[in-house]
Amino acid sequence: MTDPRRLDLALRVAMPAVIAAAALAAWEALVRLYEVPAYLVPAPSEVARTLVADWSILGPSLVVTLRTTLAAFAVAVVLGTLTAFLFVQSRWIELALFPYAVLLQVTPIVAIAPLVIIWVKDIQTALVVCAAIVAIFPVISNTTLGLRSVDPGLAALFRMYRASRLQQLVRLRIPSAAPYFFGGLRIASGLALIGAVVAEFVAGTGGHAGGLAYQILQAGYQLNIPRLFAALLLVTLAGIALFAAMVGISKLALAHWHESELVAER
Amino acid sequence: MNLAEQAQRSVAPSPAVLTARGAAKTYPGGVRALEPVDLEVREGEFVTLIGPSGCGKSTLLRILAGLAAPSGGEIRWWGGGADRLGEPGRHLSFVFQDPTLMPWASVAANVRLPLDLARRARGESDPRVAAALGLVGLGGFESSYPRQLSGGMQMRVSIARALVTDPDLLLMDEPFGALDEITRARLDADLLALWSRRRLTVVFVTHSIYEAVFLSTRVLVLSARPGRIVGEVAIDAPFPRGDAFRVSTGFAGFCQRLSDLLAQASATGAVGA
Repeated sequence: MTDPRRLDLALRVAMPAVIAAAALAAWEALVRLYEVPAYLVPAPSEVARTLVADWSILGPSLVVTLRTTLAAFAVAVVLGTLTAFLFVQSRWIELALFPYAVLLQVTPIVAIAPLVIIWVKDIQTALVVCAAIVAIFPVISNTTLGLRSVDPGLAALFRMYRASRLQQLVRLRIPSAAPYFFGGLRIASGLALIGAVVAEFVAGTGGHAGGLAYQILQAGYQLNIPRLFAALLLVTLAGIALFAAMVGISKLALAHWHESELVAER
Repeated sequence: MNLAEQAQRSVAPSPAVLTARGAAKTYPGGVRALEPVDLEVREGEFVTLIGPSGCGKSTLLRILAGLAAPSGGEIRWWGGGADRLGEPGRHLSFVFQDPTLMPWASVAANVRLPLDLARRARGESDPRVAAALGLVGLGGFESSYPRQLSGGMQMRVSIARALVTDPDLLLMDEPFGALDEITRARLDADLLALWSRRRLTVVFVTHSIYEAVFLSTRVLVLSARPGRIVGEVAIDAPFPRGDAFRVSTGFAGFCQRLSDLLAQASATGAVGA
């Protein structure tokens, strides 16, 4: 009846929900009380109504942004993981290339995006490239760290039993790296969305009728603030959904052994 | 009984399993961990290395296992080099200070590891895994994960993994050092039973005098760093040894001799340093 796990889950859902309800109620009350015009701050009910009314416009935009995000995320995970494997193969390769990975990380995407958009002819591809540049670094650094954090005792054991390089990789390094890798995925999924939205902003409204950032820009130009809020809400919800999906995948993969995914017992 | 054993030894000395000739270890940078050591371990012996903390006994054991290369001297296993280890009748297993288990793998998968790495078929290895787990009293825990087990049980898994290759020589580096006294005494007794049943040759490292006397046929005392062998005590008490041996006067006598040797060893080490 009073399963502590279920109680924990209930609290986890209930507490933020209470906060959200209180904040929304206060927002709604303040807007109505001071009769704030919708073109400045729309009431939550107004945003919700717009979300439903404009779904025919916002829905497809959400799909466009999500498609860019997921494509960029996939590219970042594949390329990032391959790079990490390359790094751990040789100290020299890592020494030579790691600074450039950092370079990618520290250069603001807003600054590179215009170049990428000029260089890459297809605008959709350009957006994916921009978002992937933002998302790739945590995958590289976390996976590299993970592949290197092998228990020295286990490493000695594998050497003693004359494990081949491939056996060490598959049976020792990859499982050791898994928790780090999934940590990297969580960060990268959020960054891919941010990268996609930023790139859409830079690409602007010219010619490409596109994602949620396009809708936010358009709504801003037209002072359609309720729609702007609705689009913003969709970006946020997409981010939360991505994060939740990553947490779920990580749980599926690690639940049976890793401390981070264990439910506190006793 | 003593006489009979001695007579047997002098008539037919069992072949040497492990020989160290002037094995020494100096780390790059000039830190001397181990002075040249000569030792010979014969088939069926249970030899324990004992010494003050940091005296290089673990270093010596790792060298004896081929896990670390000596900076001088040489080690022979059954008269041959490291490249011949793993041939029939030349299987060596090592038990680390910590259980050193893969947390992501079940108990059975952990124990099966040496066989998997040797690319043995599951049909062949599964019965051996079950047998090894049975030997350490962990039958039925195949699908558990290491984190679900107590420290003592994890150590048993580690020992099962060492036994699954059916080793001829078992090297153990303070395997029970982190366990409580009661668990340790039980595992000591189990180990001794295994040793006599499987006719193993064991080299054991500990810093517990009682454990050394209880388990061994011979105890080597190492001095403080840099380690060297400063004494040797043959524990010529009969087997099987039970709880009665732990409280016998003979046991106390051996402990006293080892204790004296250890005190001397620490003193000479301090002077040398």
